[in-house]
Amino acid sequence: MSAVTPDAVHGHDHSHDHDHHMPTGWRRWMTATNHKDIGTLYLFFSFIMFLTGGVLALTIRAELFQPGLQIVRPEFFNQLTTMHGLIMVFGAIMPAFVGFANWMIPLMIGAPDMAFARMNNWSFWLLPPAALMLVGSFFVPGGASAAGWTLYAPLSLQMGMGMDMSIFAVHMMGASSIMGAINIVVTILNMRAPGMTLMKMPMFAWTWLITAYLLIAVMPVLAGAVTMLLTDRHFGTSFFNAAGGGDPVLYQHVFWFFGHPEVYIMILPAFGIVSQIVPAFARKPLFGYASMVYATASIAILSFVVWAHHMFTTGMPAVTQIAFMYMTMLIAVPTGVKVFNWIATMWRGSMTFETPMLFAVGFIFVFTMGGFTGLMLAIAPADIQYQDTYFVVAHFHYVLVAGSLFALFAGTYFWIPKWTGHMYDETLAKRHFWLSMISFNITFFPMHFLGLAGMPRRIPDYNPFFTDFNQLATVGAFGFGLSQVFFLYIVLKCIKGGPKAADKPWDGAEGLEWTVPSPAPFHTFEVPPVFEAPAGHGH
Amino acid sequence: MKKMAVRAASLIGGVLAVAPAFALDGQYNFQVPVTRIAEDIFSLHMLMFWICVVIFVAVFGVMFYSIFAHRKSKGAVAATFHESTTVEILWTIVPVLILVGMAWPATKTVLDMKDTSSPDLTIKATGYQWKWGYDYLQGEGQGIGFFSTLSTPRAQVDQGEYKGDNYLLEVDNEVVVPVGKKIRVLLTAQDVIHAWWVPAFGVKQDAIPGFIRDAWFKAEKEGTFRGNCAELCGKDHGFMPIVVRVVSQQAYTEWVAAKAAEAAAKNAPPAAASAPAAVPSAASEPKPAASAS
Repeated sequence: MSAVTPDAVHGHDHSHDHDHHMPTGWRRWMTATNHKDIGTLYLFFSFIMFLTGGVLALTIRAELFQPGLQIVRPEFFNQLTTMHGLIMVFGAIMPAFVGFANWMIPLMIGAPDMAFARMNNWSFWLLPPAALMLVGSFFVPGGASAAGWTLYAPLSLQMGMGMDMSIFAVHMMGASSIMGAINIVVTILNMRAPGMTLMKMPMFAWTWLITAYLLIAVMPVLAGAVTMLLTDRHFGTSFFNAAGGGDPVLYQHVFWFFGHPEVYIMILPAFGIVSQIVPAFARKPLFGYASMVYATASIAILSFVVWAHHMFTTGMPAVTQIAFMYMTMLIAVPTGVKVFNWIATMWRGSMTFETPMLFAVGFIFVFTMGGFTGLMLAIAPADIQYQDTYFVVAHFHYVLVAGSLFALFAGTYFWIPKWTGHMYDETLAKRHFWLSMISFNITFFPMHFLGLAGMPRRIPDYNPFFTDFNQLATVGAFGFGLSQVFFLYIVLKCIKGGPKAADKPWDGAEGLEWTVPSPAPFHTFEVPPVFEAPAGHGH
Repeated sequence: MKKMAVRAASLIGGVLAVAPAFALDGQYNFQVPVTRIAEDIFSLHMLMFWICVVIFVAVFGVMFYSIFAHRKSKGAVAATFHESTTVEILWTIVPVLILVGMAWPATKTVLDMKDTSSPDLTIKATGYQWKWGYDYLQGEGQGIGFFSTLSTPRAQVDQGEYKGDNYLLEVDNEVVVPVGKKIRVLLTAQDVIHAWWVPAFGVKQDAIPGFIRDAWFKAEKEGTFRGNCAELCGKDHGFMPIVVRVVSQQAYTEWVAAKAAEAAAKNAPPAAASAPAAVPSAASEPKPAASAS
């Protein structure tokens, strides 16, 4: 955590600044406006949500260990799959990246804090009540929504009050994301240190700038979709009811217009983290900085015109299928450019493989596998066989877990010395990496085969033909879950103490965050720093 | 050079050794295709797969070589290069060309799958929570209608009784169609979105309440083919399978006749003092709420 003592400000006498009493105890966290404190809040919140979503997943995998229904009823199983998705997407992955943004963006651009420090507080504090709504929905009559995280109508119109609680939670989380995104855009555009032009700022700042625009564009669309569900449910509208002149497929269009950019929202910050880590541990500048910026922007723009690839089986005309197929395939090009550029950064570097680099390289390897299955899914005729099967489940877990989550682990190990002032235990961390990598693949690789062989998704029971790979996946899943409890131990141990971290514990790292002490003082860059771009920027 | 040859040979050997795993109907790949469309899809899938494997081996061969050779502990000194317009252009254009190569056969198959014209037989499938209803609308067998419900005993599901080979993939009334004929399937639903999927045919089409969509298949082989509902539709989404029995033209005609006789017997005026007024045959399922889109 950040240094608690306010008078650890570097080098200046700021006795007047703290005439306002620095709050302590719970008030400090409740009224936090400091980007480091708010970042810490987001990170702890997201990890709690991650463990919660993980318990739901393990319950699912326990039921799927064998054919037959042993542990849960089908109705409840559908609640589990739905809430696992909603909690992981909105409660774990997105807030974790926002936590990194809060901690690191001001430090990286030489700003004293985020542009709107008080709105930042509100952005975070909307989340715990939203999480209570989501988790609490299990306990109301009818239970949690069981319509899948995608909440398709008309099924979602049949759900009980748990559905309304989820809608309310989505609104709160959406508002939080929009406010956070506005904060990030304004901060990055206005508060960079003198000399840091846009084409000289760190890649993590670029990817978050672009992600923030995506958030502002599409979170309101999700809000629209779930509000239409709400009014269809309770206020007599027929947006999704044919008898009233509506169309169930309209929901899918609106949802996926949000949903596709949403998955890029969850991966672009991960790309940014990897782009910070690989050059540091290769001791070589990021290859093709400008191309990386353009590739990220291309991915973001293309993400708006591919949504219907989630809907290839709804019955759209051939020309529409073909158009969406082509656009979806195109996204492979800028994504490939990024992968090639990371490898070119490694090429003829001088690499060491501390845990951040292990996770970053692991990300490149396993995320790209998810990218390949994404390309296969883009092929509309083939998608007819893959859609709604475990092939899709395998694909998105490869990109979201081996992608986003591994990048989050990489970033945590990379920056935790800056946050806490201590080095983490490298031996234990390496074990966490190998345990996660191996158990992840044991869990999700067999799912490709299950999908190809014909196992649909969102089912609690299956024909014995599918047993072997389901059992393997369940064993892997429990291993993966245990590995993350191990991660918690490593993090808590590091917070508590460890070898003192230098200002720049990684000798190849570049960036303004490494010019401040470890742990970073509560207030940093109250005076803008002098910034000179290192090699590889600003051409 | 010799080392590379050995490496290449062992790679090919490795692939050949596991090649049987790519066989259809095993646990690792699609079910055996029974229609030309399903074969086309399978070919597309394998094309994509092999292209991805080649790219994977090339890209990660380079990456793992770099991990091995360019490490500080081996004394590697970092170079300083950080851009190359030529290389960037190359690895943008070459992937685009590869994508065009994939898109061409894929486009053809999309157009083939959409062509539902001139069917020999038209069957309407209606999704319900949680079963299917079938109506033979046009062609030989016109007028036949029935529900098709999972027939696996609940004791096998809930009480751990021994599960048969067709556990969760068996129904009371199967869809029967003649081999080698083009069957157009109209899809709709009574309540929520379902989807009609038979992997061996390469057909999956959402069944949307209030709307009618269509798909088609032409089974080239006789046999019994099983599929599942492929859109989450509530608690028994996993318990409403599809079973299609493809039979010879002769057997189909006999089945149609048997069904007609069955329907006639049910609809005949009751003989004196015998059963009460017949329950109408299952052809009287509720109609969709709005017109076709």
